[in-house]
Amino acid sequence: MAQLTDDQKMLQETAAAFMADEGAIAKQLRHWRDIGCKDGFGHGLWKQFAELGLTGICIPEDQGGLGLGATESAVVLEEIGKNLTPSPFLATAVVVTRAIEGTAHAERWFPGILSGETTLALAVDEGSRHSPEATALEARRQGNGFILNGAKQFVVQGPSADMIITVARTAGSAGETGGLTLFAVPRDAAGLDIENVALLDSSKAARLTYTNVELDADAVIGEVDGGWRPLQRALAAGRAGAAAELVGVAAGASALTLDYLRQRKQFGRLIGEFQALQHRAAHLYLEIEIARAAALKAARLIDESDDQAELFASVAKAKAADVANLTVREGVQMHGGIGMTDEHDIGLFMKREAVLGELFGDLYFHRNRVAELSGY
Amino acid sequence: MIDLESFRTEARDWLEANCPPEMRQPLRSEDDVCWGGRNWTFASDAQRQWLQVMGERGWTVPDWPKEYGGGGLSPEETRVLKQEMARIGARPPLTSFGISMLGPALLKFGTEEQKKHYLGQIARGEIRWCQGYSEPGAGSDLAGLQTKAEDKGDHWVVNGQKVWTSYADKADWIFCLVRTSTESKQGGISFLLFDMRSPGVSTKPILLISGSSPFCETFFDDVQVPKDQIVGELNKGWDVAKYLLGHEREMIAGMGLGSGGKSVTLGSSTKPADLLLRAEIAAFDVDALAFAAMSERFAAMWKAGEAHPASPSMMKYAGTELNKRRNELAMAGGGSDSLEWNSERRAPRDWLRSKGNSIEGGTSEIQLNIVAKHILRLPGA
Repeated sequence: MAQLTDDQKMLQETAAAFMADEGAIAKQLRHWRDIGCKDGFGHGLWKQFAELGLTGICIPEDQGGLGLGATESAVVLEEIGKNLTPSPFLATAVVVTRAIEGTAHAERWFPGILSGETTLALAVDEGSRHSPEATALEARRQGNGFILNGAKQFVVQGPSADMIITVARTAGSAGETGGLTLFAVPRDAAGLDIENVALLDSSKAARLTYTNVELDADAVIGEVDGGWRPLQRALAAGRAGAAAELVGVAAGASALTLDYLRQRKQFGRLIGEFQALQHRAAHLYLEIEIARAAALKAARLIDESDDQAELFASVAKAKAADVANLTVREGVQMHGGIGMTDEHDIGLFMKREAVLGELFGDLYFHRNRVAELSGY
Repeated sequence: MIDLESFRTEARDWLEANCPPEMRQPLRSEDDVCWGGRNWTFASDAQRQWLQVMGERGWTVPDWPKEYGGGGLSPEETRVLKQEMARIGARPPLTSFGISMLGPALLKFGTEEQKKHYLGQIARGEIRWCQGYSEPGAGSDLAGLQTKAEDKGDHWVVNGQKVWTSYADKADWIFCLVRTSTESKQGGISFLLFDMRSPGVSTKPILLISGSSPFCETFFDDVQVPKDQIVGELNKGWDVAKYLLGHEREMIAGMGLGSGGKSVTLGSSTKPADLLLRAEIAAFDVDALAFAAMSERFAAMWKAGEAHPASPSMMKYAGTELNKRRNELAMAGGGSDSLEWNSERRAPRDWLRSKGNSIEGGTSEIQLNIVAKHILRLPGA
């Protein structure tokens, strides 16, 4: 269905009310930023997520979760985006949950996710641009286990994560999709250096250095050398999720901007009366509607294990990043001088868009991927 | 659900038995489209037969009530029928402004007599309609129209001129906006139906930059129209007109998106040779596929009554702007081949014709005004 079901609409209402109240900008984003929180989000809020069942949204019911899918995650992420609510929801409850579901690691980590005590992260990127197949971080066999050497960056929520799924090369060479393996690396692994990097939106990412990190064979998630498919599934969930959050960022920025157009007076008139601004606002409105439809379609195709799920995850990520970027740029411009101040929230939307736009591949990465998947 | 599945089986069997093989071939060009009407020359026996059996079954307009010549199907059954038609590649038996524009307006605003009289003829493809809206002095400002209908007791007398009347030279009847009062701009308009054979009606095709003439100028010189051919109340025609425009915009938006996110046709080459062109096409494809997702969502929400009444304006704007971009890229992709006026690819003609998409049925700027006013509720809009 291209529409939400009644259950999904109820979840939307719950998430909307919760994020607008507990997850509000003043209560979370600005609060943790202004006190210089090392994790960039509140663990108390993550516990509240758990009480609502949201941390286990994608965990199967027989393992204690809600047993829902990408569509419900998208519904929650849009509300997170609207309120710029900082949390490990996308990284932990969506991406990593998807990466370890059905493996032995699920039993190890799901209970902590469900209780809101554990957060996890995925380490893919090694350079400044997303390119999973370029993975060079080496995992060499040693006895029954592996020894890891290399580096990762832009590991979102990495500094606070209890375990970091690390994409490593066990065979082949950089540029090949074969020969990749996913490893569960605990944060306290000997030889793992975690540098806490503050990003422009006050969230924290990790820069990781692996120096002879020794892992047992049971640290492998799935099959040795067979990491590409499960990675693609986890990335598709992450891309569709980031797209939904970007739609929320765009919707939140657009709501602020429309409010401003309805109250700011110049030349003795409300500036929203000027057609030059009305047309731009109307254009933003329909672009956001289109991006939302694309994000929901990507989520639905993932839930249906459709062959086109990965194509639409890229369509959704590219479209949502494009639209959210346009919306925050127009938002700051239409706010005029006040839009340049830290006091006003519109600039925070611009900062969040920049991070989400880059996450799991930017606009250009995904346009290129759409071209490749379409055969040109 | 069981009922729906048995309906699917029934529809499938019936289509299998009744859809001529020739009507399961893709439309090759505009010439394969069946518009119907009293002057229609069928392209083939198969086309005639297909229209006849579908018209008898009411499946040219599956969701209209049976008593007015429709199929009486629920929205779910209508969707199943469309899926089953798509499954065998069945062509639409009939394309008409009667179905897409006038019919819905008659169902909402027509008298019982009017519904009984006109709707069945529309469903069977017996009357081909044209739309008398725009005038030389009333384009975007449609309500400024001056074509006048005077009350002469037992009939109206219509005088004036319409322009951009699609296929007026081929149409049997016209649905026409006329001024019946000068007291108020929008509140002085009425909605009339009349026969294009009426004395005093004349048409003149307009040659477009694309080389075709789908539109006409239409002139009315003391045209007599019976009193009972008004739809809706006197001076309340603007309500009918707006309702109908909503359907027209849906239809036009549908033309841009009927291709379901189709990429750019590159002509002789299948891959763009130029990296920057490839990037432009990829950007376009993202937008086209996202818009295809929007079309699905819009259709579902519209049927469920959850879409904003003004949202066809959004779809019309987005769909037509996208179609213009597709044609720009097709021209670029074809290089100098695209310049050949008489080539089978039709690239230059399609490109030039697409420029009208964002003008006809309300310009893009008018659609943005509507979104700003009715959806965003911006001040003074």
